Amino acid sequence: MTHHQLTENGQLKHFLTIEGLKRDLLTEIMDRAEQFSSISVRQVKKVPLLRGKTIMNLFFENSTRTRTTFELAAKRLSADVMNLNINTSATSKGESLLDTLHNLQAMHTDMFVVRHSQSGAAEFIAQHVAPHVSVINAGDGCHAHPTQAMLDMFTIRRHKQYFPDLRVAIVGDILHSRVARSQIQALSTLGVGEIRVIGPKTLLPANSQTLGVHVYHDMAAGLQDVDVIITLRLQFERMQGALLPSANEYFASYGLTEDKLKLAKPDAIVMHPGPINRGVEIASTVADGPQSVILEQVTHGIAVRMAVMSMALGSRSEQQETSA
Amino acid sequence: MKLSIINGHLIDPANQVDAKQNLYIDHGRIMAISQQPEGFIADQTIDASNLIVCPGLIELSAHLSESGQHHTASIASETKAAIKGGITSLCIPPDHDPIIDTPATVDLIEDQAAKAGHAHVYTIGALTQGLQGELLSEMLALKQAGCLGVSNGLNPIQNTLVLRRAMEYAATLDLTLFINAADPWLQSQGCIHEGMVSSRLGLGGIPEATETIAIARDISLIEQTGVSAHFHSISSGKTIGMIKDAQDRGLPITADASPHHLHLSEHDIGNYDSLSHVMPPLRSTRDRDQLQQAVRDGIITAISSHHRPLDNDAKLGPFAETKPGISGLESLLSLTLKLVDDEELSLQQAIANLTQHPAQILGIDAGHLSIGAQADICLINPHSESECQPEHFISTGKNNPFNGWHFNHDVAYTILNGNISYQKG
Repeated sequence: MTHHQLTENGQLKHFLTIEGLKRDLLTEIMDRAEQFSSISVRQVKKVPLLRGKTIMNLFFENSTRTRTTFELAAKRLSADVMNLNINTSATSKGESLLDTLHNLQAMHTDMFVVRHSQSGAAEFIAQHVAPHVSVINAGDGCHAHPTQAMLDMFTIRRHKQYFPDLRVAIVGDILHSRVARSQIQALSTLGVGEIRVIGPKTLLPANSQTLGVHVYHDMAAGLQDVDVIITLRLQFERMQGALLPSANEYFASYGLTEDKLKLAKPDAIVMHPGPINRGVEIASTVADGPQSVILEQVTHGIAVRMAVMSMALGSRSEQQETSA
Repeated sequence: MKLSIINGHLIDPANQVDAKQNLYIDHGRIMAISQQPEGFIADQTIDASNLIVCPGLIELSAHLSESGQHHTASIASETKAAIKGGITSLCIPPDHDPIIDTPATVDLIEDQAAKAGHAHVYTIGALTQGLQGELLSEMLALKQAGCLGVSNGLNPIQNTLVLRRAMEYAATLDLTLFINAADPWLQSQGCIHEGMVSSRLGLGGIPEATETIAIARDISLIEQTGVSAHFHSISSGKTIGMIKDAQDRGLPITADASPHHLHLSEHDIGNYDSLSHVMPPLRSTRDRDQLQQAVRDGIITAISSHHRPLDNDAKLGPFAETKPGISGLESLLSLTLKLVDDEELSLQQAIANLTQHPAQILGIDAGHLSIGAQADICLINPHSESECQPEHFISTGKNNPFNGWHFNHDVAYTILNGNISYQKG
C-alpha cells in the first residue's frame, strides 16, 4: 500500500475507506457522534473544536444532501467552510485535477472533503496533498463512501446495540454502490453475524463472496429473519446498460413492499442512503412506515461527520480546547 | 572492425549451443566460433569469462510513439533504450503515430531508425485502413515496403465479415496476422481484471471472457482462412488450452506473453497503483501461474515487453482515467531471466523465447549466432545484483511497476552489427 489513512500513532489522518480500520476506531467514531448528537438539539448548536480551521467541500459530482450535512457538520465545529462544485468535464484529466488541488491547497486549507465520480479519486488526492492536510472521502465512484457507512452503523447501533447478533441484508445495485462496499466492510469489522446481499446477477460484483457476504438472488429467501434491511438507490441509467429491463420489473423482484418486509424479523429496521426512488426500490408505505429509520439516518449524518472531521483534525484541536 | 568475445558461456538455442566458446566477428558478421581464424587480429577483445553470450534480443511489439497522443518518446530515444536492454531488433505495431497503413509511413520510420542507428527496426502494417476495421489496407504495398506482417493493433475488428476477408487477403500474401485478442464490448466498461480486486476497489471489470471469446472467434476464422497468426500478450489461463488445441490440430498459431503478466497479478494493483494499469489487464494469480506453465510447455514461445512509454501525466490521476501501459524495454531481459532464478524456466528456454522464437515468428534472419550471421549479440552478467530503477531508464517512459525489484541478470554489453553499442558503466 502506497499510503495510509492513519498517523504514526494510529489516529485518523484521512478517512478514505473503512477497509483496514480497526473495530475500536469505528466504535470511537460512533461514540464521538453520540456526544455530538446532543449538541444538535441544543439552543446553540456549535462547539469551538475546529475554530480557525479551513475546510473545503470539493465536489466533482453533484450532491445536495451529503454536501449539506458535511457543511453543517463543519459549521457546528466552528470551522470555516467553502463549497466548490467543480465541473468534472473541465478537470477530467489527472493533471488538471492536481492543478485544482494545489491551487486550493495554496489557500491554506486544512481539510478537503472530496466527492468524485472515479473510484480511487480520494486515495489519489490524499497521496498528493501536503502532509498537514486531511482528506475525507465523501464518495468516490463505485469504491467507498465511508461516512455514509458510519452513519448507517450509528443508526443500527441506536436500534440494535449488539452487532454480532445481527443479520443484515443489503438489497439492490451492489455492483455500482460505494455505499454498499463501505457498509459491508464496516459491518464485517464490527463483527455482524451475517451479511447478505440481494440482487440480480447483473447488479452484483464478480466473486461477491470474497467480500464476506452471502449472496441471494431471491428476495424472499434473502429477507428471511433479518434484523436490518438496507435498500439501495437504483440509478435509472442502469436500464440503458442492459443491466435491467425496467423499473417495474425491478420493483416486482427487488422492491421492498410491506408484504416482503413481513418476512424479516418483526422488529427489523428499514434503511436507505437516499435519495429514494419511491416505487422502484422501496414502496412509499415502507419508506414512511413505522419500521423506517431513513430520516434518522440523515440526522445522524451530521453528528457522524462532525466526529470524523474532529478526529481527523484531531490532536491539534484537542490542544486548543484544553488551552482555551 | 574485428571483435573477439572470448571465454563466454555461449547460449545459442537455434544452433543448440550451450558451452564455453569464443566468437570472432568481422565486417559486422560472425566469422568463426571456437577457433580463431588464421590471420585474425582483433581490434578489440571482450573477456566474457563471467558472462553469458547470446543472440541480441528481439522485441515483438514496442510502441515507440502512439497515435493521437501528445508524447515525448521518439524512435531515437526508444531504440537507444532497447540497446541498453540487450534488444537489437524490435518491431513496431501499426498503432503508431502516424498509423502504419501506407508505404510512406514505413519509409519514414525506416529513415528515422536508420538515422538513429541504435537498433534494427521492423514494422507491422495496418490490417485495415486507419485501423478502422472497415476497409482493407493496401497489404501488398505494405509488404513490399517492408512490413513483416499485419495487425489491427489494439483496435479489435468488430465486424466478423471484415475480419474474415482481411484474414483471407493476408493469407493470399503470406502475411502473418498479429492479434491483440479482445472482445471490444466486454472490454469497454472496464480497466482491470474482473474479480476480487475489481469488486473490492469498485473499478470496472474486464472479464476473462473478453479474451476467450475473441480467441475462439479468431481461431475459427484462422482455421477457415488458413492465415498464419500470432497472438500478442496472452493474459488468461483459459486461453492457453484453446491455443494448444489449435496448435495440436496443426494450425499455424503462435503466442507470446509479457513479463508483467508472467510476474504480476491483479493484486499488484494494490491501492489503485496506476503503474500496474495495463491492457490486457493483470489477471488472477492462477492465470499468472498458468501462463508460466504455458511458457514451460512451449505453447507460448515468446516473451515480449509490449513496451509502451508514457509521460508521467498519463499515469497521474484516478486509476480509470490513467493510460494503460508499461515501459518495458529496459526490464525485459532481467524480468525474463528472473523466471530462471525462480526455477520457472530453463536458461536456454528463456533465451530462446527472447531471441530464436521471436525471430521465427517475425520471419527474420536473426536471433541466432551461426557463422555468417549478423553479429547482433547480447552479453549478460548473471551475477549483477542490480536493482530496477525506472527513473534511470533511457526510455522517455518511466512507467514501470517493477521499481525496486532486485535482479541477478543484467545486460553487460550489446553488440549491434559487430560494434559495441552499449557497455554497462
